[in-house]
Amino acid sequence: MTEEIIIAGFGGQGVLSMGKIMAYSAMMQDMEVSWMPSYGPEMRGGTANVIVIISSDRISSPIVRNFDTAIILNQQSLDKFENAVKPGGVLIYDGNGITRHPERKDITIYRVDAAEEAGKMNSPKTFNMIVLGGFLKVKPLIKLENVIKGLKKSLPERYHNLIPMNEKALERGREIIKKV
Amino acid sequence: MTEATGIKEIIKPENLVYKRTKIMTDNVLSYCPGCGHGTAHRILAEIIEEEGIQSQTIGISPVGCSVLLYNFLDIDWQEAAHGRAPALATAIKRLLPDKFVFTYQGDGDLAAIGTAETIHACNRGENILIIFINNGIYGMTGGQMAPTTLVGMKSSTSPYGRDVKLMGNPLKMTEIVATLPGTYYVTRQSVHTAANVKKTKKAMRKAIQYQKLNKGTCFIEIVSNCPSNWKMTPVESNKWMEANMFPFYPLGDLKVPAEETTK
Amino acid sequence: MEKELRLMKGNEAVAEAAIRAGADGYFGYPITPQSEILEYLMVAKPYETTGMVVLQAESEVAAINMVYGGAGCGKKVMTSSSSPGISLKQEGITYIAGAELPCLIVNVVRGGPGLGTIQPAQSDYFQATKGGGHGDYHLIVLAPASVQEMADFVGLSFDLAFKYRNPVMMLSDGAIGQMMEKVWLSPQKERSKTVPEWATTGKPPTRERNIITSLDLDPNAQERFNQKLIDKYNLIKEKEVRYEEFQCDDAEYLFVAYGTSARVCQKAVQLCRADGIKVGLLRPITLFPFPSKRINELADKMKLILSIEMSAGQMVEDVMLSVNGKVPVYHFGRMGGIVTAPDEVVEFLKSKIIGG
Repeated sequence: MTEEIIIAGFGGQGVLSMGKIMAYSAMMQDMEVSWMPSYGPEMRGGTANVIVIISSDRISSPIVRNFDTAIILNQQSLDKFENAVKPGGVLIYDGNGITRHPERKDITIYRVDAAEEAGKMNSPKTFNMIVLGGFLKVKPLIKLENVIKGLKKSLPERYHNLIPMNEKALERGREIIKKV
Repeated sequence: MTEATGIKEIIKPENLVYKRTKIMTDNVLSYCPGCGHGTAHRILAEIIEEEGIQSQTIGISPVGCSVLLYNFLDIDWQEAAHGRAPALATAIKRLLPDKFVFTYQGDGDLAAIGTAETIHACNRGENILIIFINNGIYGMTGGQMAPTTLVGMKSSTSPYGRDVKLMGNPLKMTEIVATLPGTYYVTRQSVHTAANVKKTKKAMRKAIQYQKLNKGTCFIEIVSNCPSNWKMTPVESNKWMEANMFPFYPLGDLKVPAEETTK
Repeated sequence: MEKELRLMKGNEAVAEAAIRAGADGYFGYPITPQSEILEYLMVAKPYETTGMVVLQAESEVAAINMVYGGAGCGKKVMTSSSSPGISLKQEGITYIAGAELPCLIVNVVRGGPGLGTIQPAQSDYFQATKGGGHGDYHLIVLAPASVQEMADFVGLSFDLAFKYRNPVMMLSDGAIGQMMEKVWLSPQKERSKTVPEWATTGKPPTRERNIITSLDLDPNAQERFNQKLIDKYNLIKEKEVRYEEFQCDDAEYLFVAYGTSARVCQKAVQLCRADGIKVGLLRPITLFPFPSKRINELADKMKLILSIEMSAGQMVEDVMLSVNGKVPVYHFGRMGGIVTAPDEVVEFLKSKIIGG
């Protein structure tokens, strides 16, 4: 099993940290992982994306151009990566701010309105966990208990009190994701 | 008294006033007659012997006339790239904090190509001694203008005299490092008379003591001569130095430990 | 003691491995994409635990000269930088090679020339393997291709550096420095207490004074020293060649690639084989010494060889020298900070098979 994923959006949306939690979680499940960020000179505000590969075997290239799953969090990223999804692959996107929705017919498209939901939950920072919850519903590669372990590993101890809230967000993501 | 008994009398141990220090090797000095480097070396060697720190001392030699310094003093040496001696000394002292670490650098090495290394080692307050020989000229390469060459002074690259508009001003590095909080003891001396040799030796002895206190960088400038490239006899060069160098680079302490000034 | 599993960036792995390898000192200056090494060390504060000195220098020039000073005392010292910073260090590196001092230099390569880009590249191959600074010398050059190797090669580099009294460079790139992978970390090693007999630690009455220098004004003595270096490099070429082969046994085509490009080519091998093209990969682990002999042997059964690197074609010259005209050799790779994609490699191979 090898799953090649790209997560793409604005810097500050938690793109890189979502990928990091995914990688930690898969590691907790004894899988091979790689996390390859695309970085620019700016610290905030630019586009950010990260390639996460989860595999039962040794990972060859940490950088690929076509993905099993693309998780898309803004319009620029949708324009850039819609065609990078392998035929038969999955595209998950947040509809917030999207004016041109995905159009491909040879892939499965899911929508998870995580920004809106995070607003309703009054915890905008759990946005990326709602998206991750949705992804794991569609691709149940990692058990929830391992995601919690992954969160504990990737978050500094002083933030461990936030884990229950993140758990709730993961659950909410599972509930609200829907096939387009 | 015959002549023979006279010599015997003179060489009696109790009449001994001057001898070769053991720290100087048998290698022949590579300096021109009348150059101040040899005297400065000897003072350094004497002080290392007198303080009994030969086994504790690591010296860093520069690029310049004193590039072969490591041949002349019987201690462990590292030869640095041009200007980089304070960087070497930084690492050596931090890795071997109980040792006595010093650099010996000329004006081109310390005040031109090595300006950054000098300033930053002093500013970090590295517990090292920097000995700075300033004769206002590049000696080894044949008398080119140095950062410390005086205004109007002739050199092979300022053949009509140093023109400030064209070549900038002479740099008072010692005054600069004295302003840095990392330096502990900053002084300017010379070695052209017996009295000055004594003062320089005293300054070096202080620097060795201060290094044991771990309180910051000690910096000793020695204003010196270059008979060959100044195109003078040794005696003339010393007179010229007194008349021209000392007014611009005045001798004396620039920074002394606060404890000492209140004494 | 057991190894510890972590998820880390390649840069962080270098820093943690340095502490665990018992390094005595790190001297560096910030530059993207490798600043995590210094940052990690400053957070870890090894000076309070193992006693390892960590210092942010005023420049790359100062940092490499601090390495010279520390290495001259017989200490395990290192620096790291990225391409423009490594260019600045070249003065110090040639002095270190000339004074025969052991040390580790990590280059997390970014695209050039000049300020170039901050994205990964492999365009410093010539500089790393052919000397880099002035004079006849070589570094031992190791090319890590994973975060695990970023950790493992730190200890290996120090071992080789002290074995041969020669500087060692880990030639990595922005991709391996920035990506996270699983890494098994070795247990903490004690810092060495042995002092090499050549080190400057203060001259006791029992030995002659030690002098660390790269200067010899006598041409005959300097030539003897040059010959001594050549003999050393020849010994290194004989003893220290390291490489990894991937599906070469039945291969008709060969990729030669190191570091990130080797990872890309592993994927390309899989894609080719799915298409029925029998391709193998030779991954040089040491770039100096280069696995010339093995490449020459493999050339006997290949139809053509592709040298794949993120540069305008640098390692390809060593591959050509190794193959010595037996079969055609081509270079392919992206530049400017773009990582070559596996499918691009496959397409290029196919074009050469058809065109060839």
